[in-house]
Amino acid sequence: MSIALRVVAAGACASIQDAGRFGFRRIGVPWSGVLDRRLMRIANHLVGNEENAPVVECFDGGQQFAAAGASLRIAIAGNAVLEVEDDAGRRQVASWRSLILEPGQALRIAHISPGRIAVLAVSGMTVPPVMGSASTYARAALGGFHGRALQAGDEIGASATTAGAGRMLTHPPEPSTGAIRVVPGPQHDHFDSSFWSIFTSSHYEVSRAADRMGVRLEGPPLRHLAHHGHEIVSDATVPGSIQVPGTGLPVVLLADAQTAGGYPKVATVISADLARIAASPPDSTIRFAAIGAHEAQRIARDEERLTRALLEAIRPIPGEGLDLDALYSGNLVDGVVNALSPEQSR
Amino acid sequence: MGDGAITIEFGNSVDPVLQARVDALDRAIASVRTSGGLQGLIETVPTFRSLTLIFDPLQTDRDHLLEAVVPLAETGDPAPPSTVRHWLLPACYEKEAAPDLETAVSALNLDAGELASLHAASEYVVYMLGFLPGFAFMGDLPEALRLPRRSEPRTRVPAGSIAIATSLTAVYPWESPGGWHLIGHCPVPLFDPGRDEPALLRAGDRVRFSPLGAADHDRLKLAIAAGEIDPACFCQTHGVLP
Repeated sequence: MSIALRVVAAGACASIQDAGRFGFRRIGVPWSGVLDRRLMRIANHLVGNEENAPVVECFDGGQQFAAAGASLRIAIAGNAVLEVEDDAGRRQVASWRSLILEPGQALRIAHISPGRIAVLAVSGMTVPPVMGSASTYARAALGGFHGRALQAGDEIGASATTAGAGRMLTHPPEPSTGAIRVVPGPQHDHFDSSFWSIFTSSHYEVSRAADRMGVRLEGPPLRHLAHHGHEIVSDATVPGSIQVPGTGLPVVLLADAQTAGGYPKVATVISADLARIAASPPDSTIRFAAIGAHEAQRIARDEERLTRALLEAIRPIPGEGLDLDALYSGNLVDGVVNALSPEQSR
Repeated sequence: MGDGAITIEFGNSVDPVLQARVDALDRAIASVRTSGGLQGLIETVPTFRSLTLIFDPLQTDRDHLLEAVVPLAETGDPAPPSTVRHWLLPACYEKEAAPDLETAVSALNLDAGELASLHAASEYVVYMLGFLPGFAFMGDLPEALRLPRRSEPRTRVPAGSIAIATSLTAVYPWESPGGWHLIGHCPVPLFDPGRDEPALLRAGDRVRFSPLGAADHDRLKLAIAAGEIDPACFCQTHGVLP
């Protein structure tokens, strides 16, 4: 029997993603990829995978997974309430740490909060790349599991657990609060002068129309200047582009969004805050704040330092013995590691 | 745009001259990259009127990129590509394949045969690809075929639909929502991830449509799906630009 992760229930939505499919926006192929790269990197690190390896991105909970053929080392990054169920009954387990899923056990993502995204990594999970990436882009049936979101009964190849201690992240990232930061443009001059104060002083509500393509917001409409109208000659979009169609209600584009569009783009959400929009549940409210492009770049670098610090803080689970893999990878990141007392190496 | 992209605009219209300028800068950048320059640039996205540069803000920054790229945009047009590809794509304009044919002909004050022959008689330039994988924005439509987009976009446009709106025409490579008028169907798949070059058409290509009946259309579609006909055979010439 082959070794695999079996999808018992796909919940609200679950799909295979990696860092994304780059280089093809010019022929209309969006990046796809995980909506929260930090979660992917942490989850992969917890199970000893390469940090951009394919993972299962889960929305809103309800997913259930089982190990087929052998026990699997898995980890979930995200604020998820998890349960493991087997013959002995049902018990809660923690996210932000690796665990061994034995054949006969089922792992359930009961609930995700705050946020709505959790990322499952499985040691040695193998997904053949399509155009350089395992990310699912369902519109064109690219990547993932037969080009589509996961369904009950799907089995994704993985490798059996190897010896060694599990790993955990003792201090998971705090959920960020505060305004979503945007860089104005490129078509902010298509709106009347009062729009900017409306846009940055209002609360916008995340509508039910929120998926991997984008998030529609509800709130005070932004008025297009009459002489510009509400269409432009199509130009390129990026994940984070905020389009404003004729309704005046902003739409934030995400990983699976179209690569070009004919609506004016009032601003772009900075990459550091994009995952927060994607993870905002329907009916929650967000606010926007404008920053400059240089500050946005500085924040991107600070965020990367923060992510690296989180990855470096991943430690063997106490009492599970010395984890050589963790020490070696720690060595690469830190430069110096005290093999006997990894806690002191920072 | 944000912390990882810059858009360099050349204008704000659908115009082959703008497309050529965008293409020239795109090729100039590609040649600098081939010789190892512009590290940190992830990809470029040419459109009707602008070139978007997407970069990794951890590896480079916008000032550095602009400094390197603006001179390339200012040095004028490098030589246009020496060859241009001409395609003749089969098109079925019969009613079953064209759900908007009746409303389009009445809005345009034409009959169905006139619409089909007008659409098939023109040669179109591929201005850009985008919106969906392999979706080619082509133009310009003859004046007699120009309609605004549908006021109610369709939630489901079938893959292969030939569509028109404003001065443009396109073939939907995938089922998707869409606001253009559907006037026919093309049996040739415009995108295949298994091909070396997944998108069949490139910006700058020239495309004409060749009308065929529903029965021939269906036969052709089956033969292409079975691998008996290579979509590349609809590319007729690598002729020199006029």
